[in-house]
Amino acid sequence: MHWRNTATAYGLLSIGMHWLVALAVFGLFGLGLWMVGLDYYSSWRHTAPELHKGIGLGLFALMLLRLLWRLVSPPPAPLSSYSRLTRLGATLGHSALYLALFAVMLAGYLISTADGRGISVFGWFEVPASITSIPEQEDVAGAVHFYLAWGLVILAGLHGLAALKHHFIDRDATLRRMLGRPQPTSQAHKEL
Amino acid sequence: MFKQSIAALALGVALFSTSQAMAADYVIDKEGQHAFVNFKISHLGYSWLYGTFKDFDGSFSFDAQSPEASKVKVKLNTASLDSNHAERDKHLRGDDFLNVSKHPTATFESTAVKSTGEGSADITGNLTLNGVTKPVVIAAKFIGEGKDPWGGYRAGFEGNTTLQLQDFGIQGPGPASQSVELIISVEGVRQ
Repeated sequence: MHWRNTATAYGLLSIGMHWLVALAVFGLFGLGLWMVGLDYYSSWRHTAPELHKGIGLGLFALMLLRLLWRLVSPPPAPLSSYSRLTRLGATLGHSALYLALFAVMLAGYLISTADGRGISVFGWFEVPASITSIPEQEDVAGAVHFYLAWGLVILAGLHGLAALKHHFIDRDATLRRMLGRPQPTSQAHKEL
Repeated sequence: MFKQSIAALALGVALFSTSQAMAADYVIDKEGQHAFVNFKISHLGYSWLYGTFKDFDGSFSFDAQSPEASKVKVKLNTASLDSNHAERDKHLRGDDFLNVSKHPTATFESTAVKSTGEGSADITGNLTLNGVTKPVVIAAKFIGEGKDPWGGYRAGFEGNTTLQLQDFGIQGPGPASQSVELIISVEGVRQ
């Protein structure tokens, strides 16, 4: 299998990044909900937020790479079977996912850096603070982070349901393409 | 000249001695922020954590001749808590502690002042914190009063009291941190 995307298929890099982001998003969501309820005396009290922040910043780097890779190696064209509405919905949905992802990460960053402290990434290096002057920044950013995170996982859930709908109801190659499976009919290849 | 001074002095003495209601009204110097509401709480039983409330306002009336007639009233914005660590501040403002979205203000209003010696008094009053009103006693000390260099007149005090968090429906982080000391240091500008 190829690394790059082609006109009809996702390459390994895009597929790998897609599923890694999915894993990170749901993992961070669960970790985040769990860690804010931890007792002060829990042994995870320090470790869990450190993991959450480190992985979150890793996800940010991955998302930048993903955007860059879209430019270098654009994703395959939508399936020819998609209706206009499907195409529009997909574009809107994917844009919302990207936007929500970046907004959630930005809000999270603004919580931890509100007092000018940087964020240590697993002790390897530190991401410095930048914006610190929003009134009651840690609280505002905290609320935004919380609600956007819920919005993001709901969107991601709908995204997954849409993929299942394509797979089981429309019986098209949408989900198979993202799993790197060859398309059985290879209709698109024949057309080419 | 000399006679006039004597007369003025006599008048002053007369006013002071005849009137109990001479207490002047002061407003806490918020503009110059010569006023602090600090707190101190144990961390795990190993060290003291200090924090402050940045936004509060208040007034008091005070007369050095009759300190027991003094009154004080303070209103504080609980969300203005600052312990020099954003994540901790967020936690302290949350449901586990001050619950500031539900109870954004804390107030103190004195009900009685009892002199406990030269320049010191116990100020009893009602403290409302986290939606709970309880009487507390603040041990207050008079620091000083007089003209300031800018044409005003000021008087300053410092007081402290210890609160049991559970009295105000606050769970606290753990067994070592069940009480908090409040240190209130204010300067008032006479109106």
